[in-house]
Amino acid sequence: MSEKKEFKTSQTAEVWRRLKRNRAAIFGGTIVLLFVLIAILAPLFSPYPPNEGDLTKRLKSPSREHLLGTDPLGRDLLSRVIYGARISLQIQIVSVSIAMVIGTLLGMVGGYYGGKFDHLIMRLMDILLAFPGIFLAISIIAVLGPGLTNLMLAAGIYSIPQFARIVRGSVISLKEKEFIEAARAVGENDFNILFRYLLPNSMAPIIVQTTLRMATVLLTASGLSFLGLGVQPPTAEWGAMLSNARAYLITAPHVATVPGLAIMLVVMGFNLFGDGLRDSLDPRLRD
Amino acid sequence: MSTLLSVNNLKTHFYSSGKTIRALDGVSFDIEAGTVFGLVGETGCGKSVTALSILRLIPYPPGKIVGGEIHFRGKSLLDLSDEEVRSVRGKEISMIFQEPMTSLNPVFRIGDQMMEVIMLHQGLGKSQAFEKAVEMLELVHMPEAQKVMKQFPHQLSGGMRQRAMIAMELSCRPFLLIADEPTTALDVTIQAQILKLIKEMKEEFHTSILLITHDLGVIAEMCDRVAVMYAGSIVEQACVEEIFDDPKHPYTKGLWGAIPRIDEEKDNLAVIPGIVPDLSQPPEACKFHPRCSFRFAPCDQIVPPLFQTSPGHFVACFLYGEEKTSE
Repeated sequence: MSEKKEFKTSQTAEVWRRLKRNRAAIFGGTIVLLFVLIAILAPLFSPYPPNEGDLTKRLKSPSREHLLGTDPLGRDLLSRVIYGARISLQIQIVSVSIAMVIGTLLGMVGGYYGGKFDHLIMRLMDILLAFPGIFLAISIIAVLGPGLTNLMLAAGIYSIPQFARIVRGSVISLKEKEFIEAARAVGENDFNILFRYLLPNSMAPIIVQTTLRMATVLLTASGLSFLGLGVQPPTAEWGAMLSNARAYLITAPHVATVPGLAIMLVVMGFNLFGDGLRDSLDPRLRD
Repeated sequence: MSTLLSVNNLKTHFYSSGKTIRALDGVSFDIEAGTVFGLVGETGCGKSVTALSILRLIPYPPGKIVGGEIHFRGKSLLDLSDEEVRSVRGKEISMIFQEPMTSLNPVFRIGDQMMEVIMLHQGLGKSQAFEKAVEMLELVHMPEAQKVMKQFPHQLSGGMRQRAMIAMELSCRPFLLIADEPTTALDVTIQAQILKLIKEMKEEFHTSILLITHDLGVIAEMCDRVAVMYAGSIVEQACVEEIFDDPKHPYTKGLWGAIPRIDEEKDNLAVIPGIVPDLSQPPEACKFHPRCSFRFAPCDQIVPPLFQTSPGHFVACFLYGEEKTSE
């Protein structure tokens, strides 16, 4: 691809140009895009209904009839993995949104006002950070009870501190900038300064963190479902499918391999894409 | 002429690691309507703190206005609520900053930022605000105003950004424009253009200007009255002709002596011996006395009041003590 030497002024175009040169990021981005498409269009792609099994065809190896084989209840694995993408995407979007909104608000308010309030928020975040992620999520579910909604809540809550810290740091460095002082000098109130000046200028780290968190949340959610604390059967969810397949690792290894590979690919996709985004949004880190 | 802004015995202190820094230690001056008032002094003497104090933009903590009065068009600015001060800022008093590079919001188009200010203070609708913004940009001689409206700050040059800032700050026709070293970050040819523009705008809008600078050339070019600041106090105040022809205070004389002159050949410029005092432990009495070559008995004992040496010319120095005081 020859690059035209034309003068591009738009920042978006500049970020896109840098992103295009990063092959790993494009690879990750493609996986993410496919994952999202498959999740949205699941009924179009899946050859069988995900929850209907034929007990006469248990644990079949991949064949022309069942491209990825069948599970212990004779359900088509390909269809279940495709429908699993839906659940995963749903969990990711809901949990990361919870974390992003609450974490960003806490970080902005703490960083902007400072003082005792900031102290209180950040110590709360420290408490959340002090627990290992999965342990914290398990504790939250132990309180709320297992299930899809509570799983999303738990994964969301444990991601809040990451957003709060990143946004707070960004706000603290931005609020010393002259354009914030200039904004005050033209009579802007705190609300406008927070949402029209500080938030838009903090978008880059928030976007990067959102992408990377998508990967972490997927891992946590699958882990919890694997432990039986998340999505309950018969719903097709990758972690729960892995858990089902455990007993047949020796006799029918493909039953565990299929959802395992799916998790690995999607997590890798989000991580590569997130890393690439960070590099292209902040060229100082690279050049 | 009527007094637009009257600052009386203003004291702003900063508190840092247990020390009190007296950034402003009793500053008083008046700005008449329709005039340009210059504030000169070295870096760190309190010029910018004065400007920020007038707009009540001193960050707290660590800073605080601890005493004095600021009257603006019959209002006591220090007694207004936060809400009321916000409606003064940008509408009645605006400020342009030193760094045009960093004083515009980098993520919004110039037009959106200008329209926001116009809509905030004038209650105009979107399309009216748009027209007003274009009109202001044309007024400050911005080439291709329509196009600039759609551009982001990083697409403009420094001079153009400062023009955009001036257009934005004047869009609400403020009574007072505070210009904090508006040309320091620009190169000389652009400086001249911006100063000319500020002068033009002053005529156009009858705006008074508080011009803060350390550039004596800019002062001579622009100002009607001048105050010289040293270590948080005003040491001399006079009209511009008088302060250049007949400086009184030893510090002012020192500053003037440090101006390079094209018609004299000198190897070294005159310097004032010593350094600016640490404002957390300023010298007793007259703050300039440790560096002053004219000091005598009262200088390290009593704070010198302002003595009037001729009508409108005030000096805080005991050398002029025999003449009648301002009080």
